[in-house]
Amino acid sequence: MTKGKNISIWFFIGVLLLIYGVLILTSGLLSPTPTNLVLAELQAPIWWGILLLALGGTYTFLFFPRR
Amino acid sequence: MPPLTLLLQATNRLISLNAVDLAIIAIYFAFVLAIGFYLKGQSETGEDFFLAGREMTAWIAGLSFLSANLGSLELMGWAAAAYQYGILATHWYWVGAIPAMLFLGIVMMPFYYISKTHSVPGYLQLRFGEPSRALSAVSFAFMTVLMSGINMYSMALVMKVVLGWDINFSIWVSSITVAIYVALGGLKSAIFNEVLQFVLIWLGAMLIPILGLIEAGGWGGLKQQIARNLGTDTYTHLWSNLGSFTDNPMGIHWTGIVLGLGFVISFGYWTTDFLVVQRVLAAKDLRSAKMAPIIGAAFKMAVPFIVILPGLLALSVLPMKLVGEGEAVAQGMHSYNEVLPLMLARYCAPGLLGLGITALIAGFMSGMAGNVSAFATVWTYDIYGAFMNKKATDAHYVSMGRWCTIVGVLVSIGTAYLVMEFKSIMDYVQALFSFFIAPLFGTVILGMLWKRATPAGGFWGLLAGTGSSIAMWAWVKMSPSALAIVALSPNAKDMAENMYRALWSWIVCVVVTVVVSYMTKPLPEAKLAGLVYGCTEIPSEGHLPIWQRPIFWAILVALVFAVLNIIFW
Repeated sequence: MTKGKNISIWFFIGVLLLIYGVLILTSGLLSPTPTNLVLAELQAPIWWGILLLALGGTYTFLFFPRR
Repeated sequence: MPPLTLLLQATNRLISLNAVDLAIIAIYFAFVLAIGFYLKGQSETGEDFFLAGREMTAWIAGLSFLSANLGSLELMGWAAAAYQYGILATHWYWVGAIPAMLFLGIVMMPFYYISKTHSVPGYLQLRFGEPSRALSAVSFAFMTVLMSGINMYSMALVMKVVLGWDINFSIWVSSITVAIYVALGGLKSAIFNEVLQFVLIWLGAMLIPILGLIEAGGWGGLKQQIARNLGTDTYTHLWSNLGSFTDNPMGIHWTGIVLGLGFVISFGYWTTDFLVVQRVLAAKDLRSAKMAPIIGAAFKMAVPFIVILPGLLALSVLPMKLVGEGEAVAQGMHSYNEVLPLMLARYCAPGLLGLGITALIAGFMSGMAGNVSAFATVWTYDIYGAFMNKKATDAHYVSMGRWCTIVGVLVSIGTAYLVMEFKSIMDYVQALFSFFIAPLFGTVILGMLWKRATPAGGFWGLLAGTGSSIAMWAWVKMSPSALAIVALSPNAKDMAENMYRALWSWIVCVVVTVVVSYMTKPLPEAKLAGLVYGCTEIPSEGHLPIWQRPIFWAILVALVFAVLNIIFW
């Protein structure tokens, strides 16, 4: 079973990842990079935030309760 | 002052979290509690509360099966073990897990599932009678609260070292959260949250090996740097240095890995520890129950990427040397147990740091929830319902399960404070496994595959195996020279000793079970229907296309497992 009576666990996961994606991407774009960070030039928060947004958006859409 | 404000002002921290990080952690707590409240109305009967209504798909049961095991010990302990022992720690994920998980799915699951038991002690009651159930249930309950306490201690230690959080604050906040969502939604809530936690653990922890490999110059560069830093290449080979106790960082011989870990401890844990088996029993049908451990095994093979690799990367890229817990405290250095947080601090910017810490917290909570939900079931059905109140209503048992969850958490909290006294978390847990799990595997496997095993044989075998394991442990503690006998070498280290002790206790259990069984009267075959090989009709899967058959996927996973071992030989 992936669902309770009508909300799938994958929907919960999608929403959570969506929120995390927004927070991490925003933080990556707006916050200054700490000077002691190794490989900071790779901008990991930006592309990881985008990944979370994509995953979260997909799962939220696919498992939206009314679908 | 609000708790979060207090946390922001904490001192002596390895890393500092900003508002985004704290928001990510707070949102996670809100979600797991929301899932608990959402599922409360769906956990009214005993079947719902203790077995999640037996309606989980293979994927959910499989991910939950793995996630319940992916607790604090996995994340922190094995990253630390990888720093200490190198890639040898991977054996606990591959030879120490995959064969056993596949065996559970293909061979043992039909008997657990067809017998309709609610727990592993419940199976022993059906097969061997009440004494075996009582012994197994009491030892499991004892081990479970200890494990749960270890989980809490690990989590609190991380939070203290990494974030400067008060150790008591961490223990109480996380454990109360787990108590609430498990008490509300039972196993279903635990399973749902375990799937959520599984996703977060991967997304939060995966950046460390990715960025670490970039910094180290790939796997080849990593091996070269470790060899240069340590002056040996034994840290990056799985099997080639196991021919002698003295040729590898763990001080273990391949027989200990294959027989002690790969056979006894691994099969004991993955096939009889109710913490993990409970998740598979919640599957909606037999095929799903067989597929769940196979799906779990496929993901298990990948876990070293986020757990072992960070430990190896630390050997390569960290500028400081990590030491044991005692020396770290005395000298003001960093300990092995801080490997993962140190690597997190090395690569993760604000936001990602919050996600990484959330992954750690999720790991701790999934392990804790797994222990607590299994404890509640065994206590309610196999101790309270079997020996204290046999005729209560289903509603009463559900109520007992909810309260037991809370009490179990409180006992675990007490245990966490006790565990703080032990220098090595992982070795301690391995000792516990060898006390209870190895002999239990002997009893269950003989019960499932050998019709001649009798109730008296099962009980005395289990008792003798457990007793012999504790006796060997005490013997080595009192007389360290006994290590040369128990572990076959005076050079064996703690983990090697645990492997061999598990092997001997399993052999004692099997020998005693066989001897006593031949001395006592066997049960009639009619009473063994649904419980034992040869007396149980197992539904055929011949009508299914090959890609829907569990055996097909088990063979595929086994092939990948073999190839990985050859690659990293």
